[in-house]
Amino acid sequence: MVLDRVTVTYQQRTVLRDVSLSIPQGQFIGVLGPNGAGKTTLMRALLGLIRPSQGSIQVLGAPATRGNATVGYMPQLRTSAGNLRLRGWDFVASAYRGHRWGLPTLDQTALREINWALDTVGASALAQRPLMEISGGERQRLLLAQALLGHPRLLLLDEPLISLDPHHQHSVIELVKQVQQEFGITVLFSAHELNPLLNAIDQVLYLGRGQVALGPVDQVITAPVLSRLYGSPIEVVRLNNRIFVMSGEIELEHEEHCHDA
Amino acid sequence: MLEYDFMQNAFAAGAIVALLAGVVGFFLVMRGQTFAGHALSHVGFAGATGAVLLGLSPLGGLIAVTLLGGVTMGLLGNRLQGSDIAIGSVLSLALGLGMLFLHFYTSYATQATALLFGNVLGVSRETLWILAALALLCLLMLALIARPLVFSSLQPELAEAKGVSLRWVSVLFLAVVALATAECIQIVGVLLVFTLMVGPAATAQQLTTRLGRGVALSATLALAEAWLGITLAFYTDWPTSFWISALSAGAYLCAVLARKLRPSPKPEPCCACH
Repeated sequence: MVLDRVTVTYQQRTVLRDVSLSIPQGQFIGVLGPNGAGKTTLMRALLGLIRPSQGSIQVLGAPATRGNATVGYMPQLRTSAGNLRLRGWDFVASAYRGHRWGLPTLDQTALREINWALDTVGASALAQRPLMEISGGERQRLLLAQALLGHPRLLLLDEPLISLDPHHQHSVIELVKQVQQEFGITVLFSAHELNPLLNAIDQVLYLGRGQVALGPVDQVITAPVLSRLYGSPIEVVRLNNRIFVMSGEIELEHEEHCHDA
Repeated sequence: MLEYDFMQNAFAAGAIVALLAGVVGFFLVMRGQTFAGHALSHVGFAGATGAVLLGLSPLGGLIAVTLLGGVTMGLLGNRLQGSDIAIGSVLSLALGLGMLFLHFYTSYATQATALLFGNVLGVSRETLWILAALALLCLLMLALIARPLVFSSLQPELAEAKGVSLRWVSVLFLAVVALATAECIQIVGVLLVFTLMVGPAATAQQLTTRLGRGVALSATLALAEAWLGITLAFYTDWPTSFWISALSAGAYLCAVLARKLRPSPKPEPCCACH
């Protein structure tokens, strides 16, 4: 995945300004940055949903374009689908070649693919239950299975940890890591907090004020780099293998989580 | 009762409209767009009465105006969200206009009642053919867009990324909803469109968690409610629309109660965290 001097403007805001970077295949990348820094916009640009005003984006050796079957995407579930009495299986299956016209019939190949994706994330049993009766962590499993349909080479996961308690956060990260290593997929995993991801990621991609920093945690999560991205003095405190990013007395990237049962 | 021509027509019209409404309604409920059926029926009232006033066929006016309304709603898309007051005003204005058109028309009362509450016993052979042709058109259109429709209803952002045009799917679907609404008005009237479009679909979603079965069940329930309603109306001499609305609401209530009373398997503690 290569960004070459890319500028992306979304709703009159410049989210990326003249950014160049390159991510090798098969890496697990944590995408971090303050709220509104453009984590979702970056993913939408990689999906070809937002065109850069300048520069070019190459995804798996081809220009970023909508409908790329080799890119899997797990958006935040904002729709009311979570409140439906629809079976998880049918929800996941809707994404199998869902862009084609016609009736949503499924042939043997389709059934094999859907069951493979559900097996891979260990969701075959829970997919039999209605969406409204499953927990947030279980829902993320289904969404991941859906993103895996078509055997993608690049997986874009938009805030999969949001509103999960630490236990579920951990299991989602483990699952993604396992899938990523088994199939050699490149993963972009956006999150509010760095600490849960520390042991899983190969590199961190930190966004702020139109700029990005990409590299190993030790090189990116430092006072000078983050001060540049935030545009204000930032301190980085390391404590028992945990990292705290502080602005004055306030800890950044900390947010109230609504805990899920 | 089937020896009467008007009863044969009523059963045929009921079947056509109920099957269409059951299928379209299922997707309407799944998308959380039931308000659209409501809104389109109000707009349709103005269209039908306006057509009568101009000496045109009320069904023609109904279809033209609901279709226009449906396509407009689809094109406006997300911009409609959060503008309930504006929408409410337009709908009230539509009903008010319909009232005005009726005021200028002489045989006011029968026309008004037929439009507001339906008149399945007054369906002619000619109307029957129009209903059948429109229903066939709607079902064909729905079959064409079913796959991206389900995908974009459940996962709009992913569907967009995979190349589905959310806007076109929405416009085509709302056009189908508009035609289905116009058909429903022939049977149960402007005010009771919900009983055929939403009631059976919501009941079906209480009874099954599968997509295909849900659509089939919704259509079956709508058909059963329509036919039973017409039959009860024949023997009691009470209005058909009353019976259909009572059956529709009753079935939904029973389905909810049945699901609540049935000891559902407790959601297992999440397997992921143990």
